[in-house]
Amino acid sequence: MSSIQVIPVHMYVLLSAVLFSIGVMGVIFRRNAIIVFMCVELMLNAVNLLLVAFSSYLSDGAGQVFVFFIMAVAAAEVAVGLAILSMVYRNTKSVDIDTLSKLKE
Amino acid sequence: MVIAGLGVIAMLSEIFSFKKLLYPLVLLGLLAAAVLAGLDWNHDTRIPLFGNMIMFDNFSAAFTIVLSFTGFLWFIMARDSFNEESSLTDHYALALFSLAGAVVMVSFGNMTMLFLGIEILSIPLYVLAGSRKTDVHSNEAAFKYFLMGAFASGFLLFGIALVYGATGSFDIPKISLYVAEHATNLPGFFYAGVLMMLAGMAFKVSAVPFHFWAPDVYQGSPTTITAFMATIVKTAAFAALFRLFSNCFIPAATTWSGVVWTLAALTLLTGNITAVYQQSAKRMLAYSSIAHAGYMMLAILAMNKFSATAVLYYTASYSVSTIVSFTVLQLVAAHKGSDLLESFNGLAKKNSFVAVVMTIAILSLAGIPVTAGFFAKYYIFTSAIDSGFTALVIIAVIASLIGVYYYFMIIINMFFKESTDDSPFVIGAAHRFLLIVCTLLILALGLFPDIILRFWI
Repeated sequence: MSSIQVIPVHMYVLLSAVLFSIGVMGVIFRRNAIIVFMCVELMLNAVNLLLVAFSSYLSDGAGQVFVFFIMAVAAAEVAVGLAILSMVYRNTKSVDIDTLSKLKE
Repeated sequence: MVIAGLGVIAMLSEIFSFKKLLYPLVLLGLLAAAVLAGLDWNHDTRIPLFGNMIMFDNFSAAFTIVLSFTGFLWFIMARDSFNEESSLTDHYALALFSLAGAVVMVSFGNMTMLFLGIEILSIPLYVLAGSRKTDVHSNEAAFKYFLMGAFASGFLLFGIALVYGATGSFDIPKISLYVAEHATNLPGFFYAGVLMMLAGMAFKVSAVPFHFWAPDVYQGSPTTITAFMATIVKTAAFAALFRLFSNCFIPAATTWSGVVWTLAALTLLTGNITAVYQQSAKRMLAYSSIAHAGYMMLAILAMNKFSATAVLYYTASYSVSTIVSFTVLQLVAAHKGSDLLESFNGLAKKNSFVAVVMTIAILSLAGIPVTAGFFAKYYIFTSAIDSGFTALVIIAVIASLIGVYYYFMIIINMFFKESTDDSPFVIGAAHRFLLIVCTLLILALGLFPDIILRFWI
């Protein structure tokens, strides 16, 4: 039994669900775009934690490989996201997402 | 072979040094990809590639053909708008990578590939949506699209993780086997996982109540990119959603069918009713594209042997009609400098060819007989009735009647209202060719619906 299995699996599910929800709440309620990005990352890392826990309990390596995919894609996504954000900043001089509501009628 | 198709697509985009040659090469490459996918037809068994990561079966082949052909039409449409901008090859490359992601999405055999396909599709599109760097609207569209895309991926991934925890595998056939064997004693978080995956995919197909990003993104992005989102992205997302649910989660249908029912009903009504109130034609088409997602969800709900064909036929006819309507919208907006509905006033007098073509495309979107859209809706509805969803079909019919109303506003503007200025309205040869091809396709699909259906079943 590895040390990760000392804690029962449903605690990991609970922990990641809580982390994920914090991320979701952050995306919905925070107004600073950078914090919103951080909250998206928190969501993804909650998923990573869950995958690693399951992978250990199932004694199956695939879950951990998937985590690498998520990390790589998240990095690519953040690179694009920050580029978009810096483009926004150049045009509006602000990272507040409330400035970005010019398309509503 | 999908590898060959992808290879052609990806390789082409790397040829940065031959700017003049690139455009015809891209067009040829897309046609070649469609033909190669067609050659894989009629293998009764699935072709597993990359150690079961990709399963290329008839479903994937059919959708790959539709996607590559739509990509082909889209590149004809996009030609002029890209030429205006400086980094031409980058745009081509991004669009092609995105298309490659779409192909992965329709042929995944493993949850990993589903996720990667979605990301390969989305990430270049975030960039393309923001490709007008100094335009605040384009910035806003890119930002919202990125944020919602990343948010939706989070949901999808959490769902995948939970399903993995419950079934012990990412492999689609293994999950499907496990679900079928243990249908009665799956842990509760498996169902949570299925619903989270559904929510994630609902963001991607812009189903109500996960649609709020779509109108802004569609309106803010450059019109060509909007056309890409409305056709290729939607087709790929629906094919992926259908493939996922039909291959994996049928035994758990009781959990998700109620949710999909509600989503479909909400999407149909909200999409169509909100579209009526729009002033901007581009925004109206955005809501109409939300509404079309509702019709396609009917097929996912029905999930019988006609559903795959119905989705295929619907996406094909919808994509072709949408390409036409966005091309005309782009031309009109370039001519008038605005995409309001009034811009269409008097178009019939200025250029009757464009007006007639637009009318046919819009009739097809509205689902009037003789056009492709009518049979697309017809097949979806019959497939849903076969599975016993009569109430939802009634809602869908009412919704499409509302749809007819706002689609006809454009037609009325074109034919019965006077334009405020007399400047001539001319279109280039490439666009003329594109419009003729698309219109012929719409009529051909409408008059001979068998040409797609015969291949199936």
